[in-house]
Amino acid sequence: MERVFRAAEGVDPAAPVPFRLSLTVNGHAAVVDVAADRFLVDVLRDDLGLVGTKLGCEVGVCGLCAVIVDGELESACLMPAVLVDGAVIETVEGLAGPGGELSRVQEAFIRHGGFQCGICTPGQIVTATSLLREQPRPTEAEMASWMMGSLCRCTGYEGIARAIMAVAADRAADPALDVGGDVAAVRPDA
Amino acid sequence: MSFDYAEPTSVAEAIALLDGDEDSVALAGGTAFSLLYRQGLIRPRRVVGLRRLGDLQGIQARDDGLWIGALATHRSIERSAVVRAAHPSLADAFATIATVRIRNQATVGGNLAHADPAQDPPVILSALAAVVHVAGPGGTRRTVPVDELFVDYLATVLEPGELIVGILVPPAEAGTRSGYHKYLPRSADDYATVSVAVSVRLDDVGLVAAARIALGGVGSTPIRPLAAEAALIGARPDQPRLGEVAAMVRDAVDPLDDSRGSAAYKREMAAVWVRRALEGVVG
Repeated sequence: MERVFRAAEGVDPAAPVPFRLSLTVNGHAAVVDVAADRFLVDVLRDDLGLVGTKLGCEVGVCGLCAVIVDGELESACLMPAVLVDGAVIETVEGLAGPGGELSRVQEAFIRHGGFQCGICTPGQIVTATSLLREQPRPTEAEMASWMMGSLCRCTGYEGIARAIMAVAADRAADPALDVGGDVAAVRPDA
Repeated sequence: MSFDYAEPTSVAEAIALLDGDEDSVALAGGTAFSLLYRQGLIRPRRVVGLRRLGDLQGIQARDDGLWIGALATHRSIERSAVVRAAHPSLADAFATIATVRIRNQATVGGNLAHADPAQDPPVILSALAAVVHVAGPGGTRRTVPVDELFVDYLATVLEPGELIVGILVPPAEAGTRSGYHKYLPRSADDYATVSVAVSVRLDDVGLVAAARIALGGVGSTPIRPLAAEAALIGARPDQPRLGEVAAMVRDAVDPLDDSRGSAAYKREMAAVWVRRALEGVVG
């Protein structure tokens, strides 16, 4: 059957259907009423004021909106809000400690010059944090594979790579090293 | 404009919500849905979220093959020890899809229903002779081989009210070797210019006993070059024969000019990559 590429009839465009969303963001419970057709990135930025999650390509390619949902790295621009009802969300704002002290990954990005203009930096840091939680000691190739799709148009990749591998090396010396943020439960593999 | 959202807890309830209503769409991981919705290509009146459907979850080794629930994410297939034990090429292929973000979110059922001929799962699943299990109105069930699922770009044989519940990948006969190759001249997370999956079994004297070839990115659906497969059966897969098979692939594909290459270039690359893929499994 052909897919339907047309507007539904009988829908009043001025009448958004409210949807009540309960979620945990950076350790805090949040209840938000949103139109059902919003995306997680809209909820974070517009409703919760968490503008560290950036909107870039809006098609899941650039990595600016990378967030951690129930322990897994995902694109907030491709995540319908209705699918995160009940979810545990982590954004870049949740990575620093309670007193504002930067996470190891954030510190390393500063130390190794892991950014230039900064627009991609929150997504890069969230993506790197997710990597180091799942693979504490990644090889260069594993790191590059994981970071693929986190685009930096200043072409500052070398500093980003150095920062991540520096934290990985610290991790090798001290396996208990915390890479930052809450360590949420990762969904079990099938 | 927004939509009504429903989150049923049974397959029957989901199908009742989808049945007979062309303005209802099913929502699994949300990647394809979000792309289509953001671009205004779909404006559903009702969206039916599938995530509470336990019957669509899970990956199991069964007597009749590898069962992959429709809601299994690409990443869960990539990382599943059960998948790797049964079909290592399937786990390898899923590990190459897009980025880790997409693999964490997108589901195999959603991918097949989306029917994008440039995406990876239809191609490897077609080479492995996977069969799609579909539930329909009134408790009906039917099966569709993956290579018969697609009818055109973003279009499948599924009717309104039908829902993919899972995929069964039959056991590989002893001695079968398979592999998946993507030709990616731009970046590793791009859609492939051409993708190729092959599955070949040689007999005791080195002749081809069984062969399946599938290609992505070179037509409005994934393509199986049946004449090229037939030319392999019973033959010794030496260089002259592989050259003949590659030439038949060039004629079997139907690519379009786009930013990933001209149609003529994709025909050549289809032939080149089928040959390389076959060399990889018969050597």
